[in-house]
Amino acid sequence: MGPQHPMTHGLWNLRIKVDGETIVDAEPEMGYLHRGIEKLCENRTYTQIIPLADRLCYGSSLTWSHLYCLTVEDLMGLEVPERAEYIRVAAIEMQRIASHLMWLAAYAADLGTLAGFIYTMRDREVFIDLLQALSGSRLTYNFPRIGGVAHDVPPNFERDSLRACTYMEKKLDEYDQLFEGSKVFMMRNEGVGILKKELAMNLGVTGPPLRASGVNYDLRKDQPYSVYPELDFQAISMPDADCYARYKVRMDEMRESCKIIRQAVQKMPKGKWRIVAPRNGPVGTGIGRVEDPRGEGMMYVVGNGTPKPYRLKIRSPIFVTVSAAKQMLVGYKVADVVAIMGGLDMCIGEADR
Amino acid sequence: MKSGEGEPSVGQVMVFRSKDFLKWADGVMEGILKKSPIGGGIDFLTKDFFNWATRNSIYPLHFGIMCCALEMAVASAPRFDAQRFGVIYRSTPRQCDVLLVTGPVTKKFQPGVRRLYDQMPGPKWVIAMGECAISGGPFYDSYSVVPGVDQFIPVDIYIPGCPARPEALIDGFIKLQKLIKDNKRGLLTGK
Repeated sequence: MGPQHPMTHGLWNLRIKVDGETIVDAEPEMGYLHRGIEKLCENRTYTQIIPLADRLCYGSSLTWSHLYCLTVEDLMGLEVPERAEYIRVAAIEMQRIASHLMWLAAYAADLGTLAGFIYTMRDREVFIDLLQALSGSRLTYNFPRIGGVAHDVPPNFERDSLRACTYMEKKLDEYDQLFEGSKVFMMRNEGVGILKKELAMNLGVTGPPLRASGVNYDLRKDQPYSVYPELDFQAISMPDADCYARYKVRMDEMRESCKIIRQAVQKMPKGKWRIVAPRNGPVGTGIGRVEDPRGEGMMYVVGNGTPKPYRLKIRSPIFVTVSAAKQMLVGYKVADVVAIMGGLDMCIGEADR
Repeated sequence: MKSGEGEPSVGQVMVFRSKDFLKWADGVMEGILKKSPIGGGIDFLTKDFFNWATRNSIYPLHFGIMCCALEMAVASAPRFDAQRFGVIYRSTPRQCDVLLVTGPVTKKFQPGVRRLYDQMPGPKWVIAMGECAISGGPFYDSYSVVPGVDQFIPVDIYIPGCPARPEALIDGFIKLQKLIKDNKRGLLTGK
């Protein structure tokens, strides 16, 4: 299956060996979108890498540019103003909702609930509009800066965000009725693609697939960054370990994200939103880890005293998660491939880099 | 009879294999329709109708590479609704008129894109959406990205933007409709 196949949201290839209708072996093949970003970063200055980091994952570009800025701030030892942190957290959680809705749209269309595609895409526009008001772009925002964010929030941002959260929470209940009331959707989800807890931990799976396997591991809770310790929310986990649990974890995460946005825009202090960062990075290393909508994203940067980094290493969640494809697929039918692999929320941009 | 023995006589028609019969019939049809004034007449009568049908049912390939693929999906979603212009995404290249290249084509995937283009039946058009497909975009100096799809397939419409907005994509489809309208061709004679 692939690289051009309606099941693969992005360019990747899944080789499956079948015995009749049952899958006996599976092997994902990546690399169709390898753009050599890690190498390109060595020829760009620290500021010029922010747009490249945006284009790592097109589903949730803000998390990646945020992660890059976190990493370089760790390298340079910068203290970010508190207002900037709150703006970042609000923006990231909006991005998380938009990313999960994009996944849900694709997943619903794959599993034959085309009404789900229409509804989720409609509601995604609400958050895209908010992010557009914040940063000026629809998809690749280029919004975080080293030492803060690009600009202050637009007028009426708090009011609009609160309205969007209220709207979204209402719509999430509607989705629950739409999807869980659909017999086709439930039959293709329940008990399919089981990934055991120990196996998931051993394979290095992170993010919603890991939390759906019953491991309550969320970097926002377990290794808090930014202002997450001051916000009240829960890390969602489900014990079932099947596709339905993955769906449920993401749906509940969107509810938690609404909660976080609400707190972040209300608690936002007044003050500066950006400090001036030095042009040259010092000699040393910096590391950053965030909870991406797809799992744990990590960046490691080595500076050598010049305006350009010596090396930038990117740890992508999907590249690791997709290695669990074999363990999840073997034993199921060919028709379940769409549900199992769709439930991982593939984003090839960051996996291939 | 074996192929390559020249034109068969009428009596031999009965012992044709179906393949040879089709070949022979094609030759006859070509003689009647494409080379004689009859074909030109049919083209003159049907040209406008077929052109109208073609430009109002543009079927692009459902084929996402990078960021612009999301904007492609959004363009067919409720707010922008590209289906007003007859744009319906199909999943196989055999049913498509338009190849929508929505991101950087890497050297590993270059033969794949070429193959998708070759698999599409004519008449076909190519839209390069976004900076990456036009010139490589932010990855212009990468060792693994082909700087522009027009290096190996012909491109009709370029839509700039990184990523191109859904409005820009719809504008590109309207430009393509205009392009099809301006280049009216008969199906038989190609004139």
